[in-house]
Order: sequence, then C-alpha cells, then structure tokens
Amino acid sequence: MLLSKLREAIICLRAGRVTLRYPFEPHDPAPGFRGKIAVDPALCFGCGGCAAVCPAGVILLRDRDQLNRVVEFHWARCTYCGRCEQVCPEGAITMSPQYETATNLPADMVLTLDVFMGPCQRCGRCFPATLHERLPVTGFRHDDHHARAGALQPARPGGNGGARTLAPAAPAAGGAA
Amino acid sequence: MRLLKDLCRKVFPRSLWVYHANAGACNGCDIEAINVLTPYYDAERFGIRLVGSPRHADVILISGPVTRQVAPALKRLIDAVPRPRLVIACGSCAAGGGAWFDSYATMGGADQVVPVDYYIPGCPPRPEAILYGVAVAMGLVPKQVAPEAYRQETLAELAQGRTHLQEAGK
Ligand code: SF4
Ligand code: SF4
Ligand code: SF4
Repeated sequence: MLLSKLREAIICLRAGRVTLRYPFEPHDPAPGFRGKIAVDPALCFGCGGCAAVCPAGVILLRDRDQLNRVVEFHWARCTYCGRCEQVCPEGAITMSPQYETATNLPADMVLTLDVFMGPCQRCGRCFPATLHERLPVTGFRHDDHHARAGALQPARPGGNGGARTLAPAAPAAGGAA
Repeated sequence: MRLLKDLCRKVFPRSLWVYHANAGACNGCDIEAINVLTPYYDAERFGIRLVGSPRHADVILISGPVTRQVAPALKRLIDAVPRPRLVIACGSCAAGGGAWFDSYATMGGADQVVPVDYYIPGCPPRPEAILYGVAVAMGLVPKQVAPEAYRQETLAELAQGRTHLQEAGK
C-alpha cells in the first residue's frame, strides 16, 4: 500500500510538469490542421462551387445585379471539412490554422465578399479579379439581361434571334482585342 | 473597505463551475470538453470544474444543435441556473446549427432556444479553442475575430483603372 503510493509519487515527480502553458503561451496546431476558412478576396470570381459542396450551407450567394454577386460565409456553423478549399478553382479559400475563434457576437462569424463578375467576351467565364491586366486584352462582356431580352423580342419571328449575334447593349469597358 | 473588497475580487476571482449540457451533440465536442479537464490542458488551474447539477453551476456549456426533443428540457435547465450565469455554445452545432442548421429535427443552434453569451465554433473545437473561449469569457485574453467584409472593384471603377484591392496590398 505504502509502497504503491511511494511508487506513484516517484512517477509523478519524474514526469515533471505536463500541463500546457496555454493560453498564456501559443500552442500551434499540427500541420494540416483545418481551422477557420480564410478567403482571398482578390481571387474569388463568384462561381459558387464552394456553396454547392458545403455540407453545412455556410456559403450563401446573393446577386446584387448582373455583374455583382455577394458571397457570404456564415462560418459559425462551418464543419471544417475543407471541401470548399478542394473545389475552389482559383484557390481563393484556404483553411487557415486559426482556431482561437471564440466570440460573444454572432456577427463576428460572418465574412462577406462583394465579387465583381466580369465575364470573358468569348467564353462567358468570369474573370478572377486579379486578372486586370488581361481584361483590356481579352475584353469582357457587359452583359445586361434586361436590355438583351428587350432587344431580342423583335428578332423572334425571324428565327431564334440569337444572343450571339447581338451587339452588347453598352460598350464594354476596355473593349475587345 | 470597498477597495479591499474589489482587490479581493481581483486577486481571488470566483471559480467557474461548469455544467455540461449535451443537446444532441455527436459526442465529439463532449470528448474535447472533458479533454480540457485532463492534466495536459488542466482547466482546473482556472478554478473550472464540472458539477453534476445546474443549480450549482455558474456556466452552462452547451454542445449540439439542440434537437427538438431536448429543447424544452434545455430551457428548464437554463432556468434552474442561478444568476449571474454564463451560457457558452461549444462547437459549430451549438454556435450555428452545424450541418443540421435547417433540419426539421433540430432547432438550429443553442441561441435559437436560450440566450447565449459566448460562442466557440469548431467541429469539434480543439481543447485549446475551448480553453481560449473560457479565457475570453473570463476576460483573460481578447477575442480575435471580427466581422470581415471585402469588396472587389465595380465595372465603373474598373473602367477608371481603379484597383483598390491591389492598393490595399491584396
Ligand atoms: S470547410 Fe466545409 S463546412 Fe466549412 S465552409 Fe468549407 S465546405 Fe463548408
Ligand atoms: S471562393 Fe472559389 S469556389 Fe467559392 S465562389 Fe469564389 S471562386 Fe468559386
Ligand atoms: S460541432 Fe461537430 S463535433 Fe461538435 S457536436 Fe457538432 S458535429 Fe459533433
């Protein structure tokens, strides 16, 4: 009995201090840890791929108008699965190692991103915002659904009308190459 | 005398006794919350210990998205806690409903049912994250997150060659 207690005391003394100094000293997570999502606002072009795969419905898309989309990340309910990082074609989302996310306000856990979606004149794909240099070269379409629908109507009796043959409703900034 | 009282309160702060309420959690958060009490993380150095009854508790730690079944019981549980009390939502489920935020079977987060003072997102939160959340609640460390809002250039700004994201070093 006494011997076992003694042995226990020796084991404890030999182990020394095991308790972390955290939170008074930082304790970084292991590499590969998935923490709070970090979004590079310059890279996102609003494709919505991340919103489509997110199991927790963290990412909401809202279109302000034809060219401006708001991407909202309500990451309070993020499950840190990393799917959004996997599918983002531009690498705009990364899982940061940030885990010290405790807060007292739900509004702190929202990230909004106002995306300008300049589509390519040829393929219609949106440019990532960092490709400003490419914009004047390739040109981008100022797409206006309402004007296009109005312009299409008289063309209907004579066939499919064809949005492809339609001149842009407003001159595109930058212009075509 | 009052000065002495204030000083005593500063030097000998109250211990936080925690009642842990599982409101439909998958057990991930509960394991991490117990992990915080092990010698490695040792929340007891802050005077934190688990108690068996909400009537003895200062803090209620809720995990899970609050299922429909448990919601009335959770309300009664919170009412049984003497004030002043602190309600902490631990985990993404409790903080915002998690992957079940719009399920018919859950209420979509602890704050849909009871007033929540602190949120600790994470699925599950690291033991460090829970410790950090408790430290934030005790005022030992500042919170690190804030609402973030970014805006890319509009068409008009692009036409003028304005690229404020690049100016901002982004
Ligand atoms: S990590 Fe998973 S849950 Fe979180 S935002 Fe990305 S896809 Fe959604
Ligand atoms: S973050 Fe990536 S996947 Fe999500 S909308 Fe932006 S570009 Fe698309
Ligand atoms: S936040 Fe994640 S680990 Fe915690 S209860 Fe919900 S699903 Fe489980």
